[in-house]
Amino acid sequence: MSQPSSELMIEARAVEKWYPNGFQALRGASLTVRRGEVVVIMGPSGSGKSTFIRTFNALEDFQKGSITVDGIVLSNDLRNIDAVRREVGMVFQQFNLFPHLSVLDNLTLAPVLVRKRPKAEVEKQAWALLERVGIAEQAGKYPGQLSGGQQQRVAIARALCMEPRILLFDEPTSSLDPEMVREVLEVMQNLAADDITMVVVTHEVKFARHVAHRVVLMADGEVVEEAEPEVFFTNPSHQRTRRFLDQIL
Amino acid sequence: MKRLLRRLRAELFATRTDAVLSVVLISLISLAAFGVLRWAFTQAQWAVIRVNSTLFAVGRYPVEQQWRVWLLTALLVAASGATWGLLRAHPRPDRTGVLWPRNDRIAATLLVVLGLWRPWAMGLTVSIQARWWGLVALLLLVRWLAGRFGRRFGPTGLRLVALMWPVLYLVGMVLISGGLGLVTVSPSEWGGLMLTLLASSFAILLCFPIGVLLALGRRSDLPLLRWGSVLYIEFIRGAPLITLLFLGQNILGFLLPGGLAPERVWRAAWVLTFFAAAYLAEAVRSGLAAVPQGQLEAARSLGLSHPKALQHVVLPQALRVALPAMVGQFISLLQDTTLLSLIGLLELLGTARTVMANPAFLGRNGEVYLTLAVLFWGCCAALGLGSRALERRLDPHAVPTAT
Repeated sequence: MSQPSSELMIEARAVEKWYPNGFQALRGASLTVRRGEVVVIMGPSGSGKSTFIRTFNALEDFQKGSITVDGIVLSNDLRNIDAVRREVGMVFQQFNLFPHLSVLDNLTLAPVLVRKRPKAEVEKQAWALLERVGIAEQAGKYPGQLSGGQQQRVAIARALCMEPRILLFDEPTSSLDPEMVREVLEVMQNLAADDITMVVVTHEVKFARHVAHRVVLMADGEVVEEAEPEVFFTNPSHQRTRRFLDQIL
Repeated sequence: MKRLLRRLRAELFATRTDAVLSVVLISLISLAAFGVLRWAFTQAQWAVIRVNSTLFAVGRYPVEQQWRVWLLTALLVAASGATWGLLRAHPRPDRTGVLWPRNDRIAATLLVVLGLWRPWAMGLTVSIQARWWGLVALLLLVRWLAGRFGRRFGPTGLRLVALMWPVLYLVGMVLISGGLGLVTVSPSEWGGLMLTLLASSFAILLCFPIGVLLALGRRSDLPLLRWGSVLYIEFIRGAPLITLLFLGQNILGFLLPGGLAPERVWRAAWVLTFFAAAYLAEAVRSGLAAVPQGQLEAARSLGLSHPKALQHVVLPQALRVALPAMVGQFISLLQDTTLLSLIGLLELLGTARTVMANPAFLGRNGEVYLTLAVLFWGCCAALGLGSRALERRLDPHAVPTAT
C-alpha cells in the first residue's frame, strides 16, 4: 500500500447543511484527506455520510463551514464548481451510466466535451481503462446490456477517464448482487494501490480493514470517530462507534 | 397449407368463445370491405379526382411554374432514398446491417406496385404517369446507391442526413415561393396537398425547438421563466385552435416583426406553430420527468456544464421517451391544418370544398372525401412508421435483432 503524502487534498471544516424543509443533515462535520490517502466513511443510514461527500464536488451546497478541495475553496462561484468537478470524480450507488450511449462513449463524452481533448486520443485511453477494469470486450455495448457489476466497473472507468486527482465513492456496492460485489471491490483495491486519493462511503468492512488508511464513523451529521482501521475495528474510543460495530459485525 | 390452418385454428378458433367472436368479426369486416369495394368499383365516378388531380396536389399554382414543384418532389424523393439507404449502411454498432432486410423488401415492393399501378389506374396522362414512374425508380436507385456505397464515407454519411434535410427545406421554400431569379409565386396561389404539407411541416419544424425550450422553462429554477412558460402553455391549451386562428388573422401582424407575417398563409402557419409548441412542451416535460436525477448529477460530476449536460445527457433520453407522444402531436397537427379551410385558405380540405361546389361534380362528395381520408392517412402513416423506426434505433435496451 502506498503511503499518503502530507499534502492536503480535501479539508472540510465544521460543515453544516440544512435542507429547505428545515432538516439539518450536517452538524459541523470536519474531515481532512491527504494526497494518496484512502478514507472510508461508515455510519448508520441517515447519518449524513452521502451528503457529506456530495458536498466535496458541490453536488450539495452547504450553509456554514468551509471546504477546500485540491486548493480550490468551494463557494457559490460557478467557475469554482466547474474547476472542482474536473478534479473530483464520483462513483454512484446507482451507477448512473448514460443509457443512450455505448460503453466507450460513456467514457469519452466528458474528456472530449470538457477537457477538449481529441477524440481518438481519449478513445485510446478509454480502451486502456476498460482493459484495466476488465471489460474491454463490452466497449460497443450499451449499459442496459451489462450486469450490475460490469456497469459499476464502467462507471469507475468513466470517472477515471477524466484523470481526476480525487475519486469519491457513494456506496458503490450497495445496489449490487452479492456475487458482483467482489469484482467491484477488487477494481477499487487496485486503484487504491495507485497514487489516487479516494473517499469511500461503504458498509464493506473487509474493504475498510484492508484497503483504507483511515476509517471514519459518522452519526447524526457529525464525524464521531476517526482512526486507523486496526484501531477503529478493535479498540474504538467512542461508545457510539462500539454500538455501530456491534450492529454490523 | 396445413401449417396455416393450424395457426388459424390456434389464433382464431382456440375456444368456443374465440370461434364465435372470430366468425362475427370476420363477417362484419367482410361486409364492410365488400360494401366499400363494390361502391368504389361500380358506383363511384372517379373522374372528379382525375380531372382535378392537379388542383388537389398544388391548388392554383401557376401551370407554367409547376415544374418547380416536380423538381422539389424529385429532390425530396432522392433525399428520402439517400436517408433510407444511409441508415441501412450505418446500423447501430450493436446491430448488424443488411442492405435489404425483409421490411425493406416489402416496402420497396409496395412502392413499385403502387407507383406503377396507381398513376395508370387513375388514368393520368402519359407524361405524368411517366414522371411518377421516374420518381419511384429514382427513389429505389438512390436508396440502392446510398446503401451500397454509404459505408465508404464513414460517420460523415449520417451527418449528411442531418444536414441534407434542413438545406432541402430551404431550397424547397425558395423553389415554391420564388426569388433568387425564379418568378415569385404568392402564397395566395398555393393550395391543395402542397399547402397542407407546407403549413404542417413548417409548424412541426418550428414548434419542436420552441416546445423544448418551453418544457425546460417550465422546470427552470428561475421563477419568471417558469411562470412565463406555465402561463403560455396553459393559455394556449385552454383555447380552441380555431379561435386562435381567427385571432391570428387579426392580431399576429402586430406581434411579429414586419415581413415575417404579412401573408395570411404565414400568419396561419405561425399560429399552428405556437399552438403545437404548447402541446409539444407537455410531451417533452413528461420525457424530462422520466430521466432520473442521477443522470444530471453524473454528468455534472464529470464536469459538464448545465447546458452541456442537458444537451448531451438529459435531452437525448427525454426526447426518446417523449417521441411517441410528440409524433402523436405532429399527427394531430397535420390533421388540424384542415381548419385552415375555415379561414379561407385552400389547403386540401378547402380545395376539396371548391371542387364539390362545382356543379359539374355535384354529388361526388363520397369520392372526394375518401380520397382526402386516404391522403391524410398516408401522410400520418408515414410519420408513424418513421417514428417507430427512430424509436427502435434509439432504444438503448433493445437486444440485437436478426434481420
